[in-house]
Amino acid sequence: MSPDKKTVTPDEEKEIETTGHSWDGIREFNNPLPRWWLWTFYATIIWGLAYMVVYPAFPLLKQATQGLIGYDSRASLEEDINVFKQANAPLDTALVSTALEDIGARPDLAHYAATGGAAVFKTFCAQCHGAGAAGAKGYPNLLDDDWLWGGSIGDIHLTIRHGIRQEGDDDTRASEMPAFGEILERSEIADVTHYVLSIAGSTHNPSLVNSGSRVFAENCADCHGPEGRGNRELGAPNLTDRIWLYGRSQQAVAETITNGRKGMMPAWQDRLTEAQIRQVTYYIHQLGGGE
Amino acid sequence: MAQKVSTPSLYAAREPVFPRRVKGRFRTLKWWIMGVTLGIYYLTPWIRFDRGPDMPDQAVLVDLAGRRFFMFWIEIWPHEFYFVAGLLIMAGIGLFLFTSALGRVWCGYACPQTVWTDLFILVERWIDGDRNARIRLWSRKWDPGKIAKRLFKWSLWLLIGMLTGGAWVFYFADAPSLAASLWAGTAPPVAWASIGVLTATTFVFGGFMREQVCTYMCPWPRIQAAMMDEDTLTIGYRSWRGEPRARHQRRMDAEAHGDCIDCNACFNVCPMGIDIRDGQQLQCITCALCIDACDDVMRRLGRPRGLIDYMALSDEANERAGGKPRPAWRHIFRPRTILYTVIWSLIGVALVYGLFIRSDLEFSVAPVRNPVFVTLADGTIRNIYELRLRNKSPEVKSFIIGIDSEFSDLKLSLGDKLQPSVTVMADSTYLQRVYVLAEPKSRPALTATTPITFWVADKDGGRTYHVKSVFNGEKR
Repeated sequence: MSPDKKTVTPDEEKEIETTGHSWDGIREFNNPLPRWWLWTFYATIIWGLAYMVVYPAFPLLKQATQGLIGYDSRASLEEDINVFKQANAPLDTALVSTALEDIGARPDLAHYAATGGAAVFKTFCAQCHGAGAAGAKGYPNLLDDDWLWGGSIGDIHLTIRHGIRQEGDDDTRASEMPAFGEILERSEIADVTHYVLSIAGSTHNPSLVNSGSRVFAENCADCHGPEGRGNRELGAPNLTDRIWLYGRSQQAVAETITNGRKGMMPAWQDRLTEAQIRQVTYYIHQLGGGE
Repeated sequence: MAQKVSTPSLYAAREPVFPRRVKGRFRTLKWWIMGVTLGIYYLTPWIRFDRGPDMPDQAVLVDLAGRRFFMFWIEIWPHEFYFVAGLLIMAGIGLFLFTSALGRVWCGYACPQTVWTDLFILVERWIDGDRNARIRLWSRKWDPGKIAKRLFKWSLWLLIGMLTGGAWVFYFADAPSLAASLWAGTAPPVAWASIGVLTATTFVFGGFMREQVCTYMCPWPRIQAAMMDEDTLTIGYRSWRGEPRARHQRRMDAEAHGDCIDCNACFNVCPMGIDIRDGQQLQCITCALCIDACDDVMRRLGRPRGLIDYMALSDEANERAGGKPRPAWRHIFRPRTILYTVIWSLIGVALVYGLFIRSDLEFSVAPVRNPVFVTLADGTIRNIYELRLRNKSPEVKSFIIGIDSEFSDLKLSLGDKLQPSVTVMADSTYLQRVYVLAEPKSRPALTATTPITFWVADKDGGRTYHVKSVFNGEKR
């Protein structure tokens, strides 16, 4: 190239071949791709071929090709997980060896338990209790101040470890509301339904309350207490408050009495580590309902 | 059938440009601007600024990890990024202003591409000699002497590139400690990667691509056409005075020729490799080196300066007829540039005002909506809120928290905390979960939504901050 004075005009005219196609006078240029573009394209092809040889690529009948360097996304994920597990190990040890009641007093443990517990909750508990822990019909709300089995951090811990009505676990919470449909007359069920509605402060038929109270004293007071305030030993709910796991309409209460209720919850002691259980215990306890 | 048609070429392969050395007032101005801009770029991270203990003492620091932007006494938090956006808008409008007044003057004097290319050409001239020597070297075979010169030049370019990238990373970390860790080889990978990328781009853009970057990669020359008009001062050639040009030094019939002696001085000094006598063109970065070169020639010929000059198209006809050009200030101050200046200043004033009225505390309230409310055993309706307090001052602050609403049934509770107060550490954000309780069967408990206002009051006297929110009751 000569650096002699030469005016470079961008509008230098050039002869370019056309494909011969013409639509309404608009012709198609036969412009070759720029060389750099072409070479980049070839390079990507070579890169792609090399990639397919080096990394797992082609799906075969049972398994994909393994690649030359033996890369395995699952193994690399496991490595990553192990890194975090090891980083958290001292906190886990401290969490397990600290008394449940003292976790909140140690800011590092409390923060670790609350954030880790939130993750555990969303993974294992949210399916029944809801992502915000507000529960649903038949699945207790963990944000309120009503606890079937007690809302102290120790009670919550026991419930999570052993679950509710888990056969073969001696420490499980075992509750059984019998089906009174086979024991009581229809009219007696109606009477006791209205009595229960009356102590719950709900709309009821006052004329049935007296007879209902007798039915209650004979059949229900053993578990729910003479005043219907419940018994946490047995998981019998307090019937005088505003929180009703299965609803407190007349129909819902009558259905509960007729058919009984058999709530269940898995025991988590064999599925989660003790540290995880303590994390989620602390998380639930600090949600606002803990006692 | 294939046939051939004529079409303008959209890209021209690079013709090497060997700008000659030139002296003159615009070149001097360019040296000064180069010195000042490079000085600012390389030295800024090393300025210290005392912000008290536990705070960085670097005057200008983009602290990505701590999510703070420090600039002397100004501290920008991530949610105040509109300050940065405002500065960017000001930079854009400033570019419009300068372009409509003086064409691509930014490109010619202050653009990093120009400044570093200029620096690289300086190195090149120092090693390879001026224009003619460089051209000879260019066409010479690759003998050991040429190879040695080239390697020397490229290594100096690489060194400048490395210093450029090196200076960049100092804006993002404490400069002295980062410099030490760079020296010891223990700096974080991202620092090395940034230096690597900037070294490579500086080396390639400043050393080899040069004016191609301005012509083909930069969008600005395409936009500038819309920013310039016939009153814009750009660089032009007074063809009525120069033409017809004649190359012979001894001009027997001086009357028949114009002042241009076709010495090509203007072309030889042009870093963009264009001939300004062809008229203002896309490639011209308005660096004015051709003016210096031509003025020098005119001086030696005993002719008045300004054959090539800063001029506006609107003066062309007038001057051709023998009239005087309008003074430069009339071109610079006209409605269009004044309008740009006004908009630019308004944004600037708004930003400065924003800086002064912003408070040391940011207070926000986010209702927890999953669930929207919780019914307690006695029928109390409870809402949960997350109060976020950002204490931007360097002191620990305590606040009393309260709520206002038209219903006295609403009570504030901070869980197990007895006092409705919180302490927020200096320069940090504090999240406080609070509960608002409505008594059973009260108005707010039964209404779908009730407006409430949260407030926090500085315990040591000082401002009270309010945030409006709503209380969700049972929808009846």
